[in-house]
Formats: sequence, C-alpha cells, structure tokens
Amino acid sequence: MERKKYKKIIVKVLIIILVIIYIMPLLVTITNSFMSQGEVNEHYSTVGNILHPGDKFVEMHLIPNMVSFKQYWGLLFESPVYLNMFWNSVKIALPVVIGNLIVSSMAAYGFTVLKFKGKEFLFFIYIIVMLLPLQVTLMPNYLMADWLNIKDSYLAIILPGIFQPFGTFLLRQSMKMIPKSYIESAQTDGAGHFKIFIYIVIPMVKSGLAAAAMLTLIDYWNLIDQAVVFIQNNEKQPLSLFLANINTEQIGVSFAGAVFFAFPILLVLLWGQDFIRDGINLSGVKG
Amino acid sequence: MKCIKRDNLPLLMLGVSFLGFIVFYLFPFLFSFSYALIDNPIRKEFVGIRNFTELFENEYFMLGLKNTIMFIVISIPLNMALSLITAVLVNRKNRFNRWVSLVFLIPLVIPSAATAFFWQNIFGIHGVLNKFISLFGIAGKDWMQNDTGLVIMVIIFIWKNIGYNMALFVSGLHNIPEQYYECASVEGAGALWKFRKITMVYLAPTSFLVLIMSFVNSFKVFKEIYIMTGQYPPDGLYMLQHYMNNMFLSLNYSKLVSAVYILTVVIVLVVACLFRVERKASENLRF
Repeated sequence: MERKKYKKIIVKVLIIILVIIYIMPLLVTITNSFMSQGEVNEHYSTVGNILHPGDKFVEMHLIPNMVSFKQYWGLLFESPVYLNMFWNSVKIALPVVIGNLIVSSMAAYGFTVLKFKGKEFLFFIYIIVMLLPLQVTLMPNYLMADWLNIKDSYLAIILPGIFQPFGTFLLRQSMKMIPKSYIESAQTDGAGHFKIFIYIVIPMVKSGLAAAAMLTLIDYWNLIDQAVVFIQNNEKQPLSLFLANINTEQIGVSFAGAVFFAFPILLVLLWGQDFIRDGINLSGVKG
Repeated sequence: MKCIKRDNLPLLMLGVSFLGFIVFYLFPFLFSFSYALIDNPIRKEFVGIRNFTELFENEYFMLGLKNTIMFIVISIPLNMALSLITAVLVNRKNRFNRWVSLVFLIPLVIPSAATAFFWQNIFGIHGVLNKFISLFGIAGKDWMQNDTGLVIMVIIFIWKNIGYNMALFVSGLHNIPEQYYECASVEGAGALWKFRKITMVYLAPTSFLVLIMSFVNSFKVFKEIYIMTGQYPPDGLYMLQHYMNNMFLSLNYSKLVSAVYILTVVIVLVVACLFRVERKASENLRF
C-alpha cells in the first residue's frame, strides 16, 4: 500500500512539472504584459549596452521590475487600431462559427438518415477536403472569390469557412451515437424530419455541437493565411494577423495585445472544456 | 403532398452543404487542374505533364516534400503515444485530472504569434536555452537551423496538440466497460496484459479518429513555422506549404496547382489505406 502511495505522488509531481512547462508561454505572455515598454525592450533586445558591448542573451522574466499598466492603457485607450482589429476578428470568426454550425448540423443529419448509393464515397470526399492543408484549399477559394468578385471582402474568408467539411465530419460521428430506434419510433408517431431534427437529434448532439463550434472558433479566431491572401487593407486586418506581423518596436504592446486577444477564447475554453472531450464521437470513424 | 415534402427535407439539408462544398471547394479545385497543364495563366500554352515532371526535378519541391513527410512520420506516432500515456494517467474522473486536462488544452488557444515568439526566444541564437548551456561553458547555436529545427517543430507540435488528442483518448477510455478489467483481474491478468488486450483493442476506433485529427493538425503547425522563420526558412524546415505559399505569392499558379494535385493524390491514397485498415480492425471488435 505504501509503495502505491509513493508512486501516486511521483506521478503527480511529474504531471505538475509538465503542467508548468505547458502554461509557461501563457504565463510569460501574461506577466510580460504588465511590464513597461522600456523593460520589455531591455529584456528582449539582443544588442548589448555601453557597459556590456557585444551580443547578449534574451532574458525571459516572469516578474516585472515594476508593475505597469501602460501596455493596456496604450492598447485600449491611446489608439483605436487595436480595438478595431479585435472587432475585425469578431466579424470574421462569428459568422463562420454560426454559419458552419447550421450548415454542418443539417448536412450531418442528411448523412445520418439518408440512404443512397455513393453516400459513403461523398463522405470520403468531405474527409479528404477536411484533411487538405490550408495552402491547398486557398487556391480554389481564391479562384471562386475572384469569380464572385468578393476578393477584398470578408466574404472571401467567411463563405468557404461556412462550408468547410470539418463540422459535418464531427457531427456525423456524434449523430451515429443516437440509437436508430429513437428516430424510427418518432417517425411512426408521425413526426416529420424537421421535428425529429430539432427536438430529438439536436438536443442529443449538444456537446458535439459545442465541440465543433469551439474548434472552428479556435481556427478562425487565429486565422492568418487567409487574411494574408484576401485582406489588403491594413485597417481591415484581424488582430491575429497583426500580432503575427508585429515588429520589434511595437513589442512593448504585443503582450497586452496577445492577452487581450486570447482572453475571450480562454473563457470559451473554460466554459466548454468538457464538450471537447464528450463532443467527439465514441464509436469511431466507420465508413 | 405535405408528406412528400417532409421526406425530401434531409435531401435539402444535405444539399445546402453540398452546394456550398461544390462552389467553394470541389468545382474550383477541379477547374484549377487546367492550370497544371499550361505554362502560365497568361500565355496559356499547353505543356501536358511537363509541370509535374519539372516538379520532381525541382530541388525546393523535393526538399519540401521530404521534410513534410519526415515531419508527419515522426510527429504523429510520437504524439499519439504520448497523448495515450497522458490520457491513461489522468483517466480517472476527479478535480485534479479535470484541471490538468484543461491546462493541456491551453496551448490550442494561445495566439500563434505568442506561441512563435515564446519558442523563438527559447531556441533562438540569443535564446534562453543557449543562455542556460553557456553557464556550463558550452557554446550555443541557432537551434532552428537544420537538423534540430525539425526536432523543435515536433516538440511544438506535440506541445500544442497533446491536450486535444488526450481528451479524445480519455473519452474513448471512459467508454470501455469497467467489467472487462474486473474480469481480467479475477483471472489474474497483469496490468500490461490488460493494457494490450483490452485498452489497445477497444481504443482502436478512437485511435483512428486521433490519427485523422493529428493529420489535420500536422499541417496546421505550418502557421507557427511561418511566423518564426518567414518565407525562406532554414533547409531543414522548408515544408511543402512553403513551396506552395511562395508559388502563390510569385503568381506561379501552374506550379502551385501541380504541387497541390500531387499532394492531394498522396493524401487520398494514405487515407484510403487507413480506412481499409480501420475497417479490418473494427470487424474484430464487438461491444
């Protein structure tokens, strides 16, 4: 019994060490957001000063010399650019998440109840497109945006996002878990597909829906490549792209920017962490 | 009349998704094939398969292909093994484990820019790692260069994706009936036997799902690589996506589309094989 107890403690200590490594980037970002610009510049500059000429190492500090809210002040009040870019991110991510959820829950229902030849083949094509890297699908997206003449608007990002097959894949897996008898007995009671979909299927795949929404949100909140291709106007950039392009002079505000940017999505994660686990199918991918 | 309408509803539901799928993915994707057969979209001279043969002689395309395959072959199995181990460790439902699972999910929501910044300052030439080893009098180097670059990317990939895969595995583990283990214990089976003959077998469908998701996510790590190293990374980090990105930016659509088609064919073959294996595996398995 004693040995088992020790073993448990060792595992716990190991896990705690891992956990600390895991949240280090977040910790650094948060704590550094309370440093003044000068302090940040000093820590991350690699050029020595007069007393110590030559190169120097980056210093990563967790505790600010003096807590300062200057970064947040600059971010929130001094210049409207950041807030503006934050809204740009919202304007892209929210329509994608909502639209994708609607389209893919309907498609998943279709895949679940319909029986036709070639259904599995069609689903296979969905999976293939889901697996293709962004650099592959960007080209077709670009062509279509060009034809529809929406190249410089958010629609060029939003519309392909809505029809992206990932949500369909995930929700079909969840719907497979619903016992067939539920749907059949509702049908014999005279319920139409609309009623079955809204009152039986949707409530039963709630966590699947939440998981799909969260994973899509994470992807589109953090989007970079699509924005590079489709958004030429600097004012319309999402915050994610701006943070990725930040140069060394603006580094002092980038930490607060990153915290500000990650905060909403961290909240969503806190709220929905169980859905990520439970929302994925449990019976495996059966073609 | 009303009855027929109702029956058509699922077809309509799937149709919405399929229509968007055709418009934004399938059609432009198939259309773009015409670019692969001409020398460039302006001169439009038919060149047959020359674009493809030239790609296989192109040093950068081959480098990207080699690195991408290498990255996938190393990172996916490693990631799966590690997430399975962590999943087994935090499998039991309690507060501590819930908290740990949350922490492992956090890397998913940290902005790519902050992630890239952090790891760059760890592994860069002036980074924390070099500072640390210089204390022992070892000369540092730029770890992003060449051989170690890929290793670092694997580390970042695993760091970012373990949490999600772990969540999937935990959900799969919860699905294995407790009696199986109890039965095995009564018959005197050891922990290793139970892991191999019960856990591994009944986790096969989940493992397949994790494999598919790892595949999707392995292409996504490009975002961080791109932020850290830009358009022209060290040779060891040059991915297929770099090649495609650069072809896109230099408007060389013919080469881009040819590369896209080669990659797509590879992915289709791999996934078709995986499905076949999965079907075989799940045939042996009855809950």
